[in-house]
Amino acid sequence: MLKINNLHANIEDKSILKGLNLEVKAGEVHAIMGPNGAGKSTMASVIAGKEEYEVTGGTIELNGEDISELAPEERAHNGVFLSFQYPVEIPGVSVTNFIKTAINETRKAKGLEDMPAKDMLKMIREKSELLEIDRKFLSRSLNEGFSGGEKKRNEIFQMAMLEPKLAILDETDSGLDIDALRIVANGVNKLKSKDNAVIVITHYQRLLDYIVPDFVHVLHDGKIVKTGDASLALELEAKGYDWIKQELV
Amino acid sequence: MELKDKILSSYVAFENEVDINSDVHEIRTEALENFEKLGFPTKRLEAWKYTSLNSVLKEDYSMFPNKCTSVELADVKKYFIHDIDTYKVIFIDGKYSPFLSETTHDKIDVCLMSAAFAKPKYQPVIKKYFNKVAKQDNLTSLNTAFAKEGAYIHIPKNTEVQKPIQIINFSTCADVSTMVQPRNLIVVEENAHVQIIERHQSLTSNAVLSNVVTEIFAEKSATVDVYKIQNDDINASLVDNTYVDQKSNSVVSVHTFSFGGNITRNNLNFYQNGEHIDSILKGVTIIEGKQHVDHHTLVHHIEPNCESHQDYKGIYDERSTAVFNGKVIVEKEAQKTNAYQQNNNVLVSDKATINAKPQLEIFADDVKCSHGCTIGQLDDDALFYMQQRGIPQKEGKALLMYAFANTVLESVKIPEVKSRITKLIAKKLGVNIGFDL
Repeated sequence: MLKINNLHANIEDKSILKGLNLEVKAGEVHAIMGPNGAGKSTMASVIAGKEEYEVTGGTIELNGEDISELAPEERAHNGVFLSFQYPVEIPGVSVTNFIKTAINETRKAKGLEDMPAKDMLKMIREKSELLEIDRKFLSRSLNEGFSGGEKKRNEIFQMAMLEPKLAILDETDSGLDIDALRIVANGVNKLKSKDNAVIVITHYQRLLDYIVPDFVHVLHDGKIVKTGDASLALELEAKGYDWIKQELV
Repeated sequence: MELKDKILSSYVAFENEVDINSDVHEIRTEALENFEKLGFPTKRLEAWKYTSLNSVLKEDYSMFPNKCTSVELADVKKYFIHDIDTYKVIFIDGKYSPFLSETTHDKIDVCLMSAAFAKPKYQPVIKKYFNKVAKQDNLTSLNTAFAKEGAYIHIPKNTEVQKPIQIINFSTCADVSTMVQPRNLIVVEENAHVQIIERHQSLTSNAVLSNVVTEIFAEKSATVDVYKIQNDDINASLVDNTYVDQKSNSVVSVHTFSFGGNITRNNLNFYQNGEHIDSILKGVTIIEGKQHVDHHTLVHHIEPNCESHQDYKGIYDERSTAVFNGKVIVEKEAQKTNAYQQNNNVLVSDKATINAKPQLEIFADDVKCSHGCTIGQLDDDALFYMQQRGIPQKEGKALLMYAFANTVLESVKIPEVKSRITKLIAKKLGVNIGFDL
């Protein structure tokens, strides 16, 4: 599904990604871990197409097509979803209105008519039940005054509505209490299928108790330096990152 | 001939059409002398420093155009709020259009200034209110000198008017440039309530200059809501002079939506002559090209325990220019005043200009006065967030601008007006999304 080859990316002449390789197949869950400043969030933003990052080398292929030159919305239309670490507050636009616009703009890009209001409502009802979201919450302004947990749950709700092929969860666990974490993780698990893939970026192992990864990668200094199975996350939790850095020397 | 001279010399012809033996005509003549003395405003005046009328005043205007083109309802229906029942006072090239209007004398008076000036039964109201709150500055004096036609609205005590009133001035002249001086008088007696929608619309590509004066009197506990829709042709300019006199416990709101025109100048003045008054002044401006919109507001807090709320949002693209000058005066007697002013501006293009100036003159010592003024760009992170969800950049920007303007829209009380404004914003921003789904 996703194939990243020797990816290099800068922000304002500062090199952040320095030859990143990653392959994610449909049906897989990959976890990206690593110390602060390793480039984890940059990787997520670069895959999603944030313009302030400049790709200086390498390719990002989604289902065989190089997407590294596409606008962020075109990548979204191709099935890339990024759950933001810090979702933006947009006063005056309700959650429902926003997601309707997002879905219909995506459909428009594919040459489809707007989703009939009845179907939209039904889908909203189903997905909000799945994520235990109160309907009242949906008429509030997007992320405005939301708690950390509400923001993250709202991200996963949007993911559920948009049904992406590749979902990247950037520190979705930060700011969540254990109940919210469980709800969010259950939501992700229910949405997982053999046709889509998930990349989980996290500092801590605890999210991986709920979303069990097929692969765990350690990102350090803009590159993936170690790959293992779920047990690698436990090892990192116990031992920290220093032993990996030492292995590299 | 210079426009000023042309105006002065046309007064003789004007006098043939009005009753020159009336009290009103004395007021007119005095106003003409005042205009003769003051002339048109120039950039040397502080209040006109950033708005030049020079280009507009060069036109060879016809002061008293005959009704140029007959207008069919089908042609202009789109400029009405037509999905609800309303009273309508409609003018074409300064002349009343009985065909398009829907006036009333059933308990309330929604009719014409020309009738109110002429008929004896209206004289007590005219005598008490006409030209009593209007300031005698250049352009108001010019309007007063030629005050003859406009909307006359009188709402008696304890009356809640069920239908909004639309005042629309159309310009149609295809072979001459026209200058019109509409004059409106709105008197809302004690504990009465009325909603008014005002629009000036040119149907021609010829130059039009509308110099409008509206006086609004809100007696004790009256409520008046005014919505001004300014979305005119690129060759049409507007000077809107609105004066509001409020008595105790009254609430008056004026929402101004400025989406187009050549030069648009709004002089909005509130005078609080009583206690526990609330004055609400809000506006959204979205312009591009070389359009210019100037909001000059004044709230004069004269007595204690009153409030004022100002919220102006502006979005400027291309080479458009704008002014916000918000003056708040709090007199020494006006203790416990709560005056709030907010002015936020987004410059979409680096060639656009906004001159923003909050101006507070506070002589009382126990008051709450806050003001905030910002000038910025759209938030890139918010835009990326929208794009990431599949919303293209153009639509994402539009959604952000709509969200930015929403604090003004949410206080619009007539749903059909709100929905119309929302559609105008979408059209203005070139997107096909229903913001208020």
